[in-house]
Amino acid sequence: MTEGNGSYPADLKYTREHEWVAVQGKVGTIGITQYAQSELGDIVYVELPKIGTQVVAGERFGTVESVKAVSELYAPASGEVIEVNAALSDTPETLNQDPYAEGWIVKITIANPDEIGTLLSAADYRKHVEDEAN
Amino acid sequence: MQPRSLREPEQLLFEVSRSGRRAHALPPLDVPDPPDGSIDPRHLRDRIEGFPELSETEVVRHYTRLSRLNFAIDLGLYPLGSCTMKYNPKINEVVARLQGFADAHPQMPERFVQGCLRLMRELERALCAICGMDRFTLQPAAGAQGELAGIMMVRAYHRDRGNPRKTVLIPDSAHGTNPASAVLSGYRVEQVPSNARGCIDVSELRRRMNEDVAVLMLTNPNTLGVFESEIEEIARVLHAGGGLLYMDGANLNAFVGLARPGDMGVDVHHLNLHKTFSTPHGGGGPGAGPVGVKSILEPYLPRPTIAERDGSVQLEYDRPQSIGRMRSFFGNFGMHVRAYADILALGSEGLRRVAETAVLNANYVRERLVPTYHLPYDSPSLHEVVVSDRHQEAVGVHTLDIAKRLMDYGFHPPTIYFPLIVKGALMIEPTESESREELDAFINAMLRIDEEARRDPELVRTSPHTTPIRRLDEVGAARHPVLRWRPPQGVPPGPAPVSSGTRRRAAS
Amino acid sequence: MGDAHRYIPASEADRRAMLRAIGRRSIDELFASIPANLRVRGDLEIPGPRSEMELLTDLKTMAAGNRPIEAGDQFLGGGAYRHYIPSVVDHLIGRTEFYSSYTPYQPEISQGTLQAIFEYQTLICQLTELDLSNASMYDGASALAEAVLMAERVKKRGRVVVADAVHPEYLEVVRTYLSSMEISLEVFGHGEDGKGDPAMARRALGEGASALVVQHPNFFGCLEEVEAFAAEARTAGAALIVVVTEPVALGLLKGPGAQGADIVVGEAQSFGVPLSFGGPYLGFLAARQPYLRSIPGRLVGETRDLEGRRGYVLTLSTREQHIRRDKATSNICTNEGLCAMQASIFMAILGREGLRDLARHNHAKAVYARERIGGASGCRIVHDAPMFNEFVVRLPIDAQEAVDSLGQSGIMPGIPLSRYFEGRDRDLLVCATEINPRTAIDRLVDALGGLG
Repeated sequence: MTEGNGSYPADLKYTREHEWVAVQGKVGTIGITQYAQSELGDIVYVELPKIGTQVVAGERFGTVESVKAVSELYAPASGEVIEVNAALSDTPETLNQDPYAEGWIVKITIANPDEIGTLLSAADYRKHVEDEAN
Repeated sequence: MQPRSLREPEQLLFEVSRSGRRAHALPPLDVPDPPDGSIDPRHLRDRIEGFPELSETEVVRHYTRLSRLNFAIDLGLYPLGSCTMKYNPKINEVVARLQGFADAHPQMPERFVQGCLRLMRELERALCAICGMDRFTLQPAAGAQGELAGIMMVRAYHRDRGNPRKTVLIPDSAHGTNPASAVLSGYRVEQVPSNARGCIDVSELRRRMNEDVAVLMLTNPNTLGVFESEIEEIARVLHAGGGLLYMDGANLNAFVGLARPGDMGVDVHHLNLHKTFSTPHGGGGPGAGPVGVKSILEPYLPRPTIAERDGSVQLEYDRPQSIGRMRSFFGNFGMHVRAYADILALGSEGLRRVAETAVLNANYVRERLVPTYHLPYDSPSLHEVVVSDRHQEAVGVHTLDIAKRLMDYGFHPPTIYFPLIVKGALMIEPTESESREELDAFINAMLRIDEEARRDPELVRTSPHTTPIRRLDEVGAARHPVLRWRPPQGVPPGPAPVSSGTRRRAAS
Repeated sequence: MGDAHRYIPASEADRRAMLRAIGRRSIDELFASIPANLRVRGDLEIPGPRSEMELLTDLKTMAAGNRPIEAGDQFLGGGAYRHYIPSVVDHLIGRTEFYSSYTPYQPEISQGTLQAIFEYQTLICQLTELDLSNASMYDGASALAEAVLMAERVKKRGRVVVADAVHPEYLEVVRTYLSSMEISLEVFGHGEDGKGDPAMARRALGEGASALVVQHPNFFGCLEEVEAFAAEARTAGAALIVVVTEPVALGLLKGPGAQGADIVVGEAQSFGVPLSFGGPYLGFLAARQPYLRSIPGRLVGETRDLEGRRGYVLTLSTREQHIRRDKATSNICTNEGLCAMQASIFMAILGREGLRDLARHNHAKAVYARERIGGASGCRIVHDAPMFNEFVVRLPIDAQEAVDSLGQSGIMPGIPLSRYFEGRDRDLLVCATEINPRTAIDRLVDALGGLG
């Protein structure tokens, strides 16, 4: 990986499928990582779940698409979708430009905080990415 | 005054349109006008909004100019791997347009269309002989529809034996149509990894074979151009487990006339008349995807089938076990005529020569491109060879760049980024239609591009430079899809404005 | 090995030289990966090889095996229509740059095909009065099956409702496509007047369905009350799919999109594609904007090149099998590109006024034929609903027999409905187009009147 240390913020938790989650109280904000967006290339479409959808940890809740690839989005934790980043419908490129802030995808209420504990730390995720790239 | 060059973008039909122009006249109506109200006015439209108005000259110029923006097999090597872009014999176009064939209405009673039915019957016979199968249906309109028909027959076969089964096994090197067709037939897809030779790993297949497996869909030779040498053992494993073997015949050009799927243990396979049997690809169809079966699957063939009785050819509809119909009428008959003409022109000896030359040409290209281009699998190639951009990646030149640069040398690029098991794949299928000189010119272009990649990578990365249009913004097209023309907003009807970048009209 | 074949450039000398260049002793060596026991010994039992002269003779003989009946003396329709094809159409699609190219995977050298498809998509949208059209499907019947699956992907009700006045072969294709799916299909009937009955549709829709399918004009030639069906579909939360097998009708009739259809599919053979014994034809599929991501088949979109020039590319490919594989919107790969071009050129030649005139002529001929046949001895017009260019006649004798008997005298009067419907032995589906001169219609009337 060529990205600097800022590629994987330490205050986030990560999945092996390259999603991140930021936990604030009961609310988890979910997006895809710097590595995921660069592997996909220019993102052209994001399929978002409806508000109120129950997502399950490890299961699919949407997709992101580039011109020539489709990638499933897997929920880092279970819970109910309370907000979606609707702006992504018109400007999916935000996912490429700012994956950890403006490019967030959904917010959920975290049903089971224990699930967060099973996710990867930034350091572990970096190692996972390096393994995958080799 | 802007000079008009001989090749530049052409305006859209709708922009060329001018109110009041016409390109067609009907003879005077020789019956009374229908009375008012013969159709209730609420069904009627005032006009077709936006429909063009052009003179005949303008229509002819429009499409003639468009045609000049296309590359085509009659302009040079078109080595799209797995697409078999071979020469389309001109006589085939003539015979398909014979009035007896072209004007035959599909609703004519059978005894009025014996010529058409006879041709279909003879084509079926020839395909059975060429492929070693017992029956063929000519109904499917394309290879993918043939796959669907084939897998539906497999499902019907298993259902009649008490269990339709659940799974279709598909190698990871397969065409995307295979898994898509399997799912449309109600199956779950299980991917089988390729071994180091790029082939099915038979021990892996044995491990996965169970009573849930309905069929294995195998492309042979596979998409790497490699013959599955263990195909007989593969068939035995499937048959022992009660399963069937489907062969994707997209690559039949590799051994047509030399070997037959039916002899290999294949129970059902489709073939593409637009590949092996030279019917034109038409800018993306029409194709035709006949499906051959062994007698065990014969009851399930799509309706109607064709039979000969007392010297006349008949359509048989009363087939209770049939999977039904795949489409209206009897298939892409016009393609059947062309394919039959191709078989007649070649005969057994000619077909053999097709495969021999296709394989010789592919091996000739392979021998001269490797090692300049990386060869990911060194198994023997039949009709196509897959190389990759691994050696060029170091200087930042990728498969896409190599493909685009080939256009500047006057060639259509190979299939790229497929099969998926090869990173940066360039899949080259020269076919039998190319002379040694044309192959040399292509090979030399490929070798030059490698040199350019090292000397001046930017030249390759920004290619093509000589085409009517440069690289296009595919990301923009997908982010904000514009899939139809609409009249410019706020502009009153009348002469269409010339948008930027479109044809500049020579002003006096 | 004998002499070189005319389609294959490599001579014996070339083959030897090329083998030498790659260090192989024989052609056989190249096939070492095919086990010896699988190699064909001897010749295949197929005819050929033939010279071009012999081939032409053979095929002409075969074509002559058909018993010709003058196009003007045929009254066949039923999903394939006799229309005059302006000479420009075949001339232009005969350009090798169009027919000997393939799917425009490389847009820089395929703008001709891409722009022609973009124009085709636009023409189909204009004709149907809908937002989206794909680049074409195999034929009308498989386009309908794909449309039903598309509606099911979006609505997920597991149930579709289809009018029995939809072309029976189309219905059969839908049944085939649905046979492996957990989607049930219910058929509802038509009234005495020949039109589908919206009340029956309402009952069939019941708890809801993914799609309601009607054909307009329907298989019996009658115009359907599209707006009434649209209302029923809306109430039930189903997509209204309207099938058009005779798109010349749309020169006069409103686009079904303007009458509430969500998806319009059909057969565009009428637009410049030869009858050719049933194919190749082309299916069209148009839909409202919300179906964008669910639409099957190829789509062409407008974009710009590096220098800002307008150009066209295949787009939204992630829906398709080569990317999504088992999760694709369809297994379709190749469409009917050249037929779509035939249809586009036909529409361009006919143009706004020409298509309207053509539709008017077709309707006038059919109205004349229907009125005259209705007055012929022993013949009765079965349905009194308005029609476009087809209608059903009840004959005094079995329709199959009538066809046999008139066929002898060089008239092909129509399609016996017993081919598709049990119990309709005396019903004949008659179609009149601009191809049928008044004199031929008069002869048909006399012949039918003489049956009883």
